[in-house]
Amino acid sequence: MILEGKVWRYGDNVDTDVIIPARYLNSAEPKELAEHCMEDIDPTFAGKVNAGDIIVAGRNFGCGSSREHAPVAIKASGVPCVIADSFARIFFRNAINIGLPLIELGAAVTEIDNGDNVKIDLSKGLVENITKNKYYKVQPLPGFIQEIANAGGLISYIKGDQV
Amino acid sequence: MGMTMTEKIFARHAGLENVVPGQLIKCKVDLVLGNDITAPPAIKEFECIGRPVFDKDKIALVPDHFAPNKDIKSAEMAKRMREFAKKHNITNYFEVGRMGIEHVLLPEVGLVAPGELIIGADSHTCTYGAVGAFATGVGSTDMGAAMATGDTWFKVPSSIKVILNGKMPRWVGGKDIILTLIGMIGVDGARYQALEFAGDGVANLTMTDRLTIANMAIEAGAKNGIFPVDDVTLEYISPKVKRSYSPVRADDDAVYDRVITIELDKLTPVVALPHLPENVRPVNEVSETVIDQVVIGSCTNGRIEDLAQAAEIISGRSIHPGIRTIIIPGSQSVYMEAMAKGYIETFIKAGAVVSTPTCGPCLGGYMGILAAGERAVATTNRNFRGRMGHVDSEVYLAGPAVAAASAIMGRIAGPWEVSK
Ligand code: SF4
Repeated sequence: MILEGKVWRYGDNVDTDVIIPARYLNSAEPKELAEHCMEDIDPTFAGKVNAGDIIVAGRNFGCGSSREHAPVAIKASGVPCVIADSFARIFFRNAINIGLPLIELGAAVTEIDNGDNVKIDLSKGLVENITKNKYYKVQPLPGFIQEIANAGGLISYIKGDQV
Repeated sequence: MGMTMTEKIFARHAGLENVVPGQLIKCKVDLVLGNDITAPPAIKEFECIGRPVFDKDKIALVPDHFAPNKDIKSAEMAKRMREFAKKHNITNYFEVGRMGIEHVLLPEVGLVAPGELIIGADSHTCTYGAVGAFATGVGSTDMGAAMATGDTWFKVPSSIKVILNGKMPRWVGGKDIILTLIGMIGVDGARYQALEFAGDGVANLTMTDRLTIANMAIEAGAKNGIFPVDDVTLEYISPKVKRSYSPVRADDDAVYDRVITIELDKLTPVVALPHLPENVRPVNEVSETVIDQVVIGSCTNGRIEDLAQAAEIISGRSIHPGIRTIIIPGSQSVYMEAMAKGYIETFIKAGAVVSTPTCGPCLGGYMGILAAGERAVATTNRNFRGRMGHVDSEVYLAGPAVAAASAIMGRIAGPWEVSK
């Protein structure tokens, strides 16, 4: 799968409380969550994000609560992938489980700026910064996790297991 | 090669002789937990799978975050969970009136025991490491899947050994230990790793201290925090847990990624400044900070010993006129014990409010939301931007002694400042 989009750039330790504030957790509807996605770190995001845009952030993206509402809100905003230096573990797990691919790029994320255009080849593990003409190769996901991702998330994976 | 406590529990639950960090394994779970926010989406995923629950006795459902229901939408989520519990005959569904904050409640009613493996759709599920269990937070999809299959996948984490030596001085508690540790290693200092506590100082920690410390392992990014099982654990567990359980012990030649040593007698009460739990400072350095609200409660510090400490400081004094003080016992039994011991009367007489058990303000839900520019000292665990309300409000994390003293003084204060 090839993805290409404009970058929304954020810093280190973007936590689940700013990705989707708890005051909106009285709903689990992806569309409603998307309306408030990133609201407490960037009030312009929900109104201006275009389908296909990509979030790029620093270290420990998604730290904090176990709310799956966080990756769900991002996915429902039309963002097909998040690139970060590193991810918090529950967020990582949740994103895989709901079918939001993540790319752990390490310190090289510092070379990607807000508004850059990036292109991602998920199966090959390639990231291209079109604006800056730079290329990166990342570690592919472990096989078992790729199987979950390929099945479209954990639930379809388990259902496949059953038959 | 020897194994850590976490590795031993994983090996046992995966049916393997041994496991090593990095290995992907499938484990049986002893308990699956969810709450009124995370269970409804989990139920939806569970229903997609189309199987019965794996074990009606091994699922715990606790409406605590927005319950008693704060609005119509949360009432509907609580209803969805209640109906599911009824339909599947879930033994451990705790209705309002019997519920408490999940991580205060579950250890109290004996649902977690040494050597067990627990997952919960709540990041502070790691609290149960205090009794020598492996416990970690997962998302709703994981919860839904595990309710159907009774197992889940893990990547075995490497472990960090945290050696606690000596004895804490007066006014230093579990909260100060864990905040100090997070201040040392940072909010991602233990990312994807297990924090295994050890050392002679562990014996000097009460179960409440250990629960507070394990609770905030996640604030260091850890997968879990785990304590050795000793006499203190067994004394706590035996009256509560009637099923058989078997504790694990780390091997002497277990391999740790790194070792951190904390001398408990050198510690002092600390506060974590906004907006990250790693911004830790001694109380003395920030005691000029004027505040608007104090919250004493949550899964971190909502137990009876926490309220006892607050009551000791507040007793016979008045809450500062500029402060709203909200005290939330973590469970119904904590509430009743606090009543029997006179703490509730102490709080109310001093000018605090006492709420029924709920997460409430801890996650900015209700019952004490902050306006723009307001500051709170809270015994909760997260001070992220907007966590307790307006995005321009601030949360200072502290233990119950500092929180109570701050309520009296109207600013961040050490308990020693409250005039005798
Ligand atoms: S008290 Fe706070 S941290 Fe604990 S479970 Fe409730 S919302 Fe989460």
